[in-house]
Amino acid sequence: MTFLPKPKVRHPSLPKNSLGLTRRDYEGGLSTLCAGCGHDSITAAIIEASWGLDIEPQNMVKLSGIGCSSKTTAYFVSGGHGFNSVHGRMPSIAMGANAANRNLSYIGVSGDGDTLSIGLGQFCHAIRRNLNMAYIIENNGVYGLTKGQFSASADVGTMAKKGEVNQQPPIDPVLLALTLGATFVARSFSGDKQQLVPLIQAALRHKGFALIDVLSPCVTFNDHEGSTKSYQYTREHYDAAVHADFVPFQREISADYAAGDVLPVVLHDGSRILLRKLDASYDPTDRGAATAAISERLKKGEFLTGLLYVDADGKEFHDVNETPAIPLNQIPLKQLSPGSAALAKVLARYR
Amino acid sequence: MPERVNNFAIKIATVNGTGSASANSLLMKSIFRSGVPVMGKNYFPSNIQGLPTWYEIRVTKDSYVARSGKIDIMVAMNAETYTKDVREVVSGGYLLYDSTWPRPALLARDDITVLGVPFAKLCNENFNGVRTRILMKNICYAGALAALLDLDVAKIRELLAETYAKKPALVDSNMKAIELGYNYTRENFQCPLPMHVAPGLLGASKTAGHILIDGNTAAGLGCVFAGATVGAWYPITPSTSLMDAFKMFADKLRVDPATGKKNFAFIQAEDELAAIGMVLGANWNGARAFTATSGPGVSLMNEFLGLAYYAEVPAVLFDIQRVGPSTGMPTRTQQCDILEGAYASHGDTKHVCLFPRDPEECFYFARDAYDLAERLQTPIMVMSDLDIGMNDWMCPDLKWDDNYVPDRGKVLSKDEIAKLDKFHRYLDVDGDGIPYRTLPGVHPKGAYFTRGSGHTQYGIYTEDSAEYQIVLDRLTRKFTTAKRLVPKAIIEQDAHIDIAVVAYGSSDGAVREALDILAQHGVKTNYMRLRSFPFGDEVEKFLDQQKLVFVVEQNRDAQMRSLLTLETRIEKAKLRSLLHYSGLPISSEFIVKGVLAEIEPKTRKPEAIPGNKFGVA
Repeated sequence: MTFLPKPKVRHPSLPKNSLGLTRRDYEGGLSTLCAGCGHDSITAAIIEASWGLDIEPQNMVKLSGIGCSSKTTAYFVSGGHGFNSVHGRMPSIAMGANAANRNLSYIGVSGDGDTLSIGLGQFCHAIRRNLNMAYIIENNGVYGLTKGQFSASADVGTMAKKGEVNQQPPIDPVLLALTLGATFVARSFSGDKQQLVPLIQAALRHKGFALIDVLSPCVTFNDHEGSTKSYQYTREHYDAAVHADFVPFQREISADYAAGDVLPVVLHDGSRILLRKLDASYDPTDRGAATAAISERLKKGEFLTGLLYVDADGKEFHDVNETPAIPLNQIPLKQLSPGSAALAKVLARYR
Repeated sequence: MPERVNNFAIKIATVNGTGSASANSLLMKSIFRSGVPVMGKNYFPSNIQGLPTWYEIRVTKDSYVARSGKIDIMVAMNAETYTKDVREVVSGGYLLYDSTWPRPALLARDDITVLGVPFAKLCNENFNGVRTRILMKNICYAGALAALLDLDVAKIRELLAETYAKKPALVDSNMKAIELGYNYTRENFQCPLPMHVAPGLLGASKTAGHILIDGNTAAGLGCVFAGATVGAWYPITPSTSLMDAFKMFADKLRVDPATGKKNFAFIQAEDELAAIGMVLGANWNGARAFTATSGPGVSLMNEFLGLAYYAEVPAVLFDIQRVGPSTGMPTRTQQCDILEGAYASHGDTKHVCLFPRDPEECFYFARDAYDLAERLQTPIMVMSDLDIGMNDWMCPDLKWDDNYVPDRGKVLSKDEIAKLDKFHRYLDVDGDGIPYRTLPGVHPKGAYFTRGSGHTQYGIYTEDSAEYQIVLDRLTRKFTTAKRLVPKAIIEQDAHIDIAVVAYGSSDGAVREALDILAQHGVKTNYMRLRSFPFGDEVEKFLDQQKLVFVVEQNRDAQMRSLLTLETRIEKAKLRSLLHYSGLPISSEFIVKGVLAEIEPKTRKPEAIPGNKFGVA
């Protein structure tokens, strides 16, 4: 835990976004996680990404389950509503909230225990519904709050702090999401803010379920030799296949498309993701090829990172449900209740 | 009027999946339309095809809505259950069976009249195709009953024409089957039977201004009218038809004619855990959202219900109770989730429960449930059951007040938030235990963090004992406020009488009839029908005034009696239980026998063990 609260005074020269807000306006409460926790870096990236997207704080809905990762929704965008629900059940809360008001930005923060064990079912079904939200897994391979048990993402052969060796094969959220038909699948590393910020921005703007699996080493229980989710191991074995630049619609004119081998993906609101393929053989728009490439590298103990797959044209929940543009929670009762005359007609059937 | 005219019960034994539902519904509706009150109960198996199923139709000039406990006419169409079915007919009653295959064993009872109609033979001679012949055999018994009961054949044709408006050929074939049964019966037996339908003897129609509807349909309709926009559920018998009804009505009444867009979201969840999660998420975000489930679903929803209680999130849950424990008997009825509903989830939790007695109350309680949920910021459980939910009940026409204004509770508007110095989510500003809430997307000053972990009255995470207790104690005050807001118990009391019957939910109909019968025996009792939990002050006051109280319930463990002793200061000893938990709806006869056994101890010998001790199903 960091014990130094930041001063409330704000320097007048801090840069402002188009809403006149500084990065400080997107911060939240003080983190109570261990010093050096990867999760805090992700929180910083979310703050940067939200500020950069000019999201009105009250329009951001922050959702989580239970665990170290799930606590972090209290540490960013304090002007947005947060819902720290129950273990593994955040996707259902997100689904209901999104059904009620489709116009807000939904960001869920979960962990590998919360998503891949207790919450695996809800995670899968949120993907199937293409629920419009950014879903971040802060993946460290262990249960932190209960002191270091293996999670379902722990690799075979990885060693716990107390010396126990994991024998069960891991569930990889990225491969799982691809199999389930996810429309936005990314992987990153908490220590790589350069890569993470544009990914979060693209995820927030993507229409549909956007998964970012972020390897986020646990400094207390999983940052030792023998762990495949330590800072050292991750830095040595992670490889960016695709770099994503996010270009909001408003700034498109100044965007530079020329550099390198760039694949622009246009999102529903007109903004673009510019994908720079660092590995020439990788195709982030081909689900099968992406799945094969990721699996190949995983076998070698390597993590491909970046925006690994994207389909900007998928139908999200509301498209399928045919809900109107106006959020359901804003339709007046007069329009919702059919009234006494309609009731009389309905009753005719029951006479 | 002869005793049995317009006053008798028929039971029809068939095989599931043979189309008997259409025949039974045809009979029910034709009697109802003639102006004679009628009750229908379906005892069906947890199966799609092949297992035995029964349908009970009670013609009741006095508009009773429960089973009497006696069967006057048995229609035995299922060879597998012949023996049992024959036994069930009262002495002096009738047995109608398919005489294509003579069954001499059926004649073993000499105190009933056996009527054989060769249904299979008639249908085999007149229809082609195996499936058609099976279906028409069942329509054919409806024709035989029409003759025996003196039903209006023109009305039956009219009903068939409505049912098959889009398939006129089916009207003719069904009508042919009706006539086969009708004509054979008229030609071979003395028609009508002494027990028959005679609308003329009732004077004016007793069904005018009434409908025949099941509780799940009425509840689904209530949700549409109350402005529910999000329905999330996982299929489970016997609640599924509530969601089906909501969707059917919403598809008709909630689609914007200009755009074709749906002013509702209908979500089939992956399980009950997710279903209630979605309901909480939607309510948290300001929509009226609901789910429908049954006991096993409520068990799964416990975790989220505790969160909703503690984080103060509105929710509406319909529990269509079925027989437990565990999977139990999914297609049979009980009132066995009372304690589960009242205290769902770990830790100190209490929930508001409503106990509708019939489909009419399902409709109005659906509306009230949303108002209460948003006013009290907590889950509201509407505790219906399979009997109410899936059987057709005669109810007064449902009414909707076009001036209805929903109670959205203490939700702060953008301007109200802007004026605040600071918003505190869980602070008791008004002294009623109900704090103010804000919705996402309205104003950054209204933002707060919803959590199931310990929190202060300002909405901040805490592990401080005193801060934690302040919030927990306020929740108790809120529950006290709820007592004033929930539907009051219905009390029928004579100051000179100190014996009472207490019941709730679907037992009401049987109790009302039982009280009439008891009065004929010279036994008069007061009556209180509980309609909600927490109990209003009137409940304790009433119980206090009684010397002896019969608590009628449809479960084994006297759950409501437990709740009464836990939540009021009433002494346990004077609360006697009449417990019916066979899975069939409770009958008036069961209650009459139970009361008489207790208050006439010299002439009757009650056994030590409570329960289904009176030998009545």
